[in-house]
Amino acid sequence: MSVPTTATPLPGTSDDVVIELERVTKVYRTGTIAVAALRGISLSIAQGEYVAVIGPSGSGKSTLMHILGCLDTPTSGRYHLAGENVSGMSEAALAEVRNRRIGFVFQQFNLLASMTAWQNVELPLVYAGVPRAERKERAMDALARVGLAGRVHHRPGELSGGQQQRVAVARALVTEPDLILADEPTGNLDSVSAADVLRLMDELHEAGRTLVLITHDAEVASASGRVVGIRDGLLTENDARYVESIR
Amino acid sequence: MTWLETLRTGINGVRSHRLRSALTVVGILIGIAAVILTVGLGEGAQAQVGSEITALGSNLLSITPGSTTSSAGIREALGTASTLTMSDATALSSPVVAPDIKAVAPVSSSSEELTAGSNTWTTTVQGSTTTWLTVHGRTTAQGRFIDTQDVTDHTAITVLGATTASELFRGIDPVGQTVDVNGVPLTVVGVLTSTGASSSSSTTNPDDTAVIPITTGAERIFGGTTRDSLSSIVVQARSSTDLTAAYQEADHLLLQLHGITTPADADFTITSEQSLLSTATSVDRTLTILLGGVAGIALLVGGIGVMNIMLVSVTERIREIGLRKALGATPGVIRRQFLVEASVLGLIGGALGVLLGVIGALVLPSAIGDPITISALAMVGALVVALAIGIAFGVYPASRAAHLAPIDALRNE
Repeated sequence: MSVPTTATPLPGTSDDVVIELERVTKVYRTGTIAVAALRGISLSIAQGEYVAVIGPSGSGKSTLMHILGCLDTPTSGRYHLAGENVSGMSEAALAEVRNRRIGFVFQQFNLLASMTAWQNVELPLVYAGVPRAERKERAMDALARVGLAGRVHHRPGELSGGQQQRVAVARALVTEPDLILADEPTGNLDSVSAADVLRLMDELHEAGRTLVLITHDAEVASASGRVVGIRDGLLTENDARYVESIR
Repeated sequence: MTWLETLRTGINGVRSHRLRSALTVVGILIGIAAVILTVGLGEGAQAQVGSEITALGSNLLSITPGSTTSSAGIREALGTASTLTMSDATALSSPVVAPDIKAVAPVSSSSEELTAGSNTWTTTVQGSTTTWLTVHGRTTAQGRFIDTQDVTDHTAITVLGATTASELFRGIDPVGQTVDVNGVPLTVVGVLTSTGASSSSSTTNPDDTAVIPITTGAERIFGGTTRDSLSSIVVQARSSTDLTAAYQEADHLLLQLHGITTPADADFTITSEQSLLSTATSVDRTLTILLGGVAGIALLVGGIGVMNIMLVSVTERIREIGLRKALGATPGVIRRQFLVEASVLGLIGGALGVLLGVIGALVLPSAIGDPITISALAMVGALVVALAIGIAFGVYPASRAAHLAPIDALRNE
């Protein structure tokens, strides 16, 4: 399939575009059976946008999240992240891109139990090669921003679920990434903590961060500025380019 | 990510799974302790043999009376014949016929009971000449040795070995005292310096002996029909390279003197005592290699233990690996982290194994009766081996961790 060369200006083709997906597909092969999880997705997200990707389980939203997060590579199509083509990169290069450009917030928090809050937060900076003293300072700042200045020496086991997720948000923020990718960030939280985390997301959005939130919950999705639906590996709304691409 | 950061992460990984780490370390520890003790035992045995070689003197050949075939065709047992005489010894010391022989010490010896006051002690009494001292590389600690005049005059004197002197005189200065042998009073004129050889058997202990002039022995002590015969002639070659030439000269000369035409009928035997000892050394070495092999297997099992634990660790920490990768750890960084963990386990096991080995070397010799020498080289070597095992058996688990796909690792619940 060829890439359109004379398209009308699409949303976010200017310099401030963070995510640019062009007809991205992902096919999983298990033995002889091939399953298409993504069947041609085109999507643009501009700097400072707060986008929710909503879809039921099996819709391909996890696969989309993996591709957006550079945790997996598309089978075909192109992906530019902050102007950089990441579709064909090696595993080591992708690790470097994740470290520099993306902050992750997972449903399971994914904090390391043997480390304190600030040690968890500084981890991405360790891999970025930031010196020790600066790492600690930046980790402390990030924890203060999520309201956990008093909990920096606590281990994950000594924190509530909401607090743990805030540590995870601090960890996502600490590298000043181009994109914060949150995968069901409220999925494991009670309603009070969930509202707390969503409020934090709002604050980050207001501070100018680009956020992509992946969820199956319409209520959570409504907190964002723009909702993109996904079903059976195809985007279902809000994307003119996708509609164009299948014609 | 710097090596220091990797090391810190690795040590953290070891510390956060204490029990598992401790069990792995024990495997390496046992292997290293076994290896270091085996090597120490081997080195100890070799040092002992080395001191015995020194005690024997250097470049020596020992000529002993051999079997003879009587006119009736009956071959008598080894050592029973009295075929070596003083004239053989005199001939061997001629620099013309035997230029590669440096010194000759004729010896006639017998086990006798020595009496000094109320103390009696049975030892090997050796009749010999002044050359006995130099040929055996010995010195006197007190007094003097037998001189040429003593041999000429058949003087009734003796020089005692250190053990014999202390057994007979128990703290009294033996020089000037009298020892009775077969009713003949002998004046003690000197005491030999102790060789320090630890052999406990009286027949091989070089410190348990009494040396007398050979003429005195023949005339007054040994007596009998064997009075002119020698129990052995000790021959010293000029150097270790001349040992073979000296052997051939002695063999040729004695065959000629004894009128024997067929070398197979020789009525004497020439042996190199060093060759006997080197046989003993090689037996020791074989034993060391065998024990070392067993210890090596213990170490291999320890290494497989490291691999097993690291593989379990990779499986158990699949989410941690996934998370680290998501946060920007490259496959290389993950591989190094697990390699460092395996190395740290190996090194801790090695250090504790060396410690256990050193304790064993201090405690065991009194129980088994053999010396154990642990050299600094063996300790450093053991640490290097332990580290190498950690790395070698950590490579496979580390590369499995490195190649886990981040999404598979994160998806694992």
